[in-house]
Amino acid sequence: MLNPISPSRNPAEAPLLQAIGMTKLYGTFAANDSIDLDLYPREIHALLGENGAGKSTLVKTMYGLIQPTAGELRWMGEKIVLAGPSEARARGIAMVFQHFSLFDNLTVAENVALGLDGKETFAAMSARLAQVSQDYGLPLDPNRDVWRLSVGERQRIEIVRALMQNPKLLILDEPTAVLTPQEADQLFVVLNRLRNEGRALLYISHKLDEVKRLCDTATILRGGKKVATCNPRQETAASLARMMVGAEIGEVKATTARATTVPRLVIKNLSLTPDDPHGVYLQDISLEVMGGEILGIAGVAGNGQDELFAALSGERASPAESNVVIDGEAAGLMSVTARRKLGAAFVPEERLGHGTAPRMKLSENALLTGHAASHMVNRGFIDRAAMLSMVDRATTTFDVRKSKRDPEAASLSGGNLQKFIVGREILREPGVLVVSQPTWGVDAGAAAVIRQALLDLSGRGMAVLVISQDLDELAEIADRIAVMFHGHLSEPLPRAAATREKLGLLMGGASAAQATPHKEPSHAVGA
Amino acid sequence: MQLVLEKRAERSAKIAIASPLIAIALTLVTMSILFAILGKNPIAALDVYFLQPLTDPYSLQEIAVKATPLVMIAIGLSLCYIANVWNIGAEGQFIMGAVCGSWLAVVTNGTGAGYWVLPAMLVLGTLGGALYAMIPALCKVRFGANEILTSLMLVYVADLIMDYLVRGPWRDPKGLNFPTTASFDPVATVPTLVEGGRLHAGSIVALIVVMLATVMLGRTIKGFEIRVVGAAPRAARFAGFSSDRLVLFTFAVSGALAGLAGIIEVAGPVGVLQPGISPGYGFTAIIVAFLGRLNPVGILIAGLFLALTFIGGEGAQITMKIPLDLTKVFQGVLLFYVLACDSLILYRIRLIATHRKPAHGAV
Repeated sequence: MLNPISPSRNPAEAPLLQAIGMTKLYGTFAANDSIDLDLYPREIHALLGENGAGKSTLVKTMYGLIQPTAGELRWMGEKIVLAGPSEARARGIAMVFQHFSLFDNLTVAENVALGLDGKETFAAMSARLAQVSQDYGLPLDPNRDVWRLSVGERQRIEIVRALMQNPKLLILDEPTAVLTPQEADQLFVVLNRLRNEGRALLYISHKLDEVKRLCDTATILRGGKKVATCNPRQETAASLARMMVGAEIGEVKATTARATTVPRLVIKNLSLTPDDPHGVYLQDISLEVMGGEILGIAGVAGNGQDELFAALSGERASPAESNVVIDGEAAGLMSVTARRKLGAAFVPEERLGHGTAPRMKLSENALLTGHAASHMVNRGFIDRAAMLSMVDRATTTFDVRKSKRDPEAASLSGGNLQKFIVGREILREPGVLVVSQPTWGVDAGAAAVIRQALLDLSGRGMAVLVISQDLDELAEIADRIAVMFHGHLSEPLPRAAATREKLGLLMGGASAAQATPHKEPSHAVGA
Repeated sequence: MQLVLEKRAERSAKIAIASPLIAIALTLVTMSILFAILGKNPIAALDVYFLQPLTDPYSLQEIAVKATPLVMIAIGLSLCYIANVWNIGAEGQFIMGAVCGSWLAVVTNGTGAGYWVLPAMLVLGTLGGALYAMIPALCKVRFGANEILTSLMLVYVADLIMDYLVRGPWRDPKGLNFPTTASFDPVATVPTLVEGGRLHAGSIVALIVVMLATVMLGRTIKGFEIRVVGAAPRAARFAGFSSDRLVLFTFAVSGALAGLAGIIEVAGPVGVLQPGISPGYGFTAIIVAFLGRLNPVGILIAGLFLALTFIGGEGAQITMKIPLDLTKVFQGVLLFYVLACDSLILYRIRLIATHRKPAHGAV
């Protein structure tokens, strides 16, 4: 639906912001290495790259949050030094962060007031807030408490706050990561409009389809260096991916003989009050995961996925033992350890601090989950050799790259640590695997290895439950997909029936009946 | 120019070893300045403090005697601190251990009871310390009461309980009204290791405790549990370890060790129960635990070093008229530097040139 033939910029136009030779060293590590970037008015410029490519570092220097080691910034031709974000804002640079900086217990207007440098009265500011949000079709109630708002609404606050500074350059850090496909479409309308008003936009992403649809120019970073600047509309998704990754990405393949047999993980009428006052109530969740299938749970973050994971892993006990059944055993009241002994394995979303103890060695992190059901503990004594052999097996089977045989978990890159964590669980040959955001923040190569491992596991007859925000990932590996919204779980849809549009509607809170297409067929957002 | 602390990528192993040494060096410099301000020759004072005790066999024995309770208590405390549990009340647990064990010595006094008395006293002392430590532990688990406050305040309660007993029901009738129990019978006394000396069998117990703690922390799943709960509580919960159970466990073990140290102290070098059985062992042991890097062998070395300051402090008081309170100042300054130097393990200090002072307010 959005295919704006951009009123492309006048070729004679001078760049608004030029970054020349931007370099940022951390010790000897170059997060940015001599990067040049020109941003023009009336243009949406994509900054593409995998996690760790240096995108965030670059934009933070352009917003004054980080001082570059070398290189200079030119604003409308004039050399500038940004000592802090308020100087950037004063010149007309605004930024919308991926992680929101909002106070949950304050209202929308109060939050906006805190982020502005202006000296207008609160009433005048509130009026302007209402005006801006109305003008751009970003509806917000200034008097609502932030904790009552959805993630999409919270992002609107950040965008409106940025727009109230009337910026010449707006930087957006992965803005669609937390949105449903429909919400993302609405955002694109706003961004196109901002471009047409003559503003420059810098759009950080790693979603290639999005960039192809929205952006006029794309700069691709890899390993801290600029690889290319190109017109994304003239590239294919595959060619962009090649530039981002620097190699072809292997496709994952399902084993052919996958037989759906008996339910190995059953959730029955699970309702749970959260520990955290701002947490999500789980409301009467029921689900059966068969041996030999991958069941995906989609949904925008913060709709109860964390609470569901804790209830399945046993970090949070269920009200009744029949709420969670693992391989026929009622496990709702069991501890994490007891559930592992039944053959269940769990991979949480947060790698450092939840899935691993960051400052402990990999062998000790193997023991973290292995003490329950592997032969690593003998009469209370730990078996170092068994721990190390688990590290070695995970290393070879899942291609974990590390500096020495047994380093601290925190010293591994995100992708390698995730391969280790997934490997640690899969090598125990669990009957049931529950994994949350398996490839979040992981490079494309590692993501392919992990997805393949999940497919292989289900191919061996195990039940795999994948909680993910990444619809592409679920479309690739899941046999059925259910959607979580406000603590409710929808009926799972077979993969063929789970179009992006239908999932998007469910993610936005439509009931299953509403989400079933009865009038118009899906349009451009279709997978 | 700006001085900043910059996070290191990995813990610096070198600094981890050097940190206590740097701290000791800084403490010596600070103390020299203090001695100079007091009008004493700093070199002579340091000589009396740190070198003379090492040249005299009597003082060497005395160092071992003083180090014994310090090491035993500090080992227990280190388990708490590794697990991020803050038992500050070892002094109280030490006293309650002494009181509970002494009860048997008092009631069997002069009855001609057999050799079972001392072992039974040690068991009672251990239990007494452990049970007394369960009060702050249970308050924390049940009601979320801050264990730093509760364990600390219970020190004064223990002190007053002992005071009441030795001035009241347990006072030695032949003691000329001094607040003390009767001298313990030989069967209620820890044997000495050297004829006519003060070195006693309790020091061997302390060494055994060091060895057991080393094995437990490095080789057992319980030790692993303690380390994970302290280092990454959420990962520990994911591993299936309960932090509540661990609060009870670490408090019980540290209370038991403090109690055992307490009964060994009264049944050994002191020989009676009386006020002032501890010159603050329970608090000094906190310094020992940190100076020893929460590592059992490190604690053994640190315990001997702190014992040296007690002996040296006494010597300095006698020969140079330096107030004994300065020993406490010394120990406090040392703890301060140890904790300060520890931040260098995870951070490095850097001088950074800035273009201008950064404008206020990041995001």
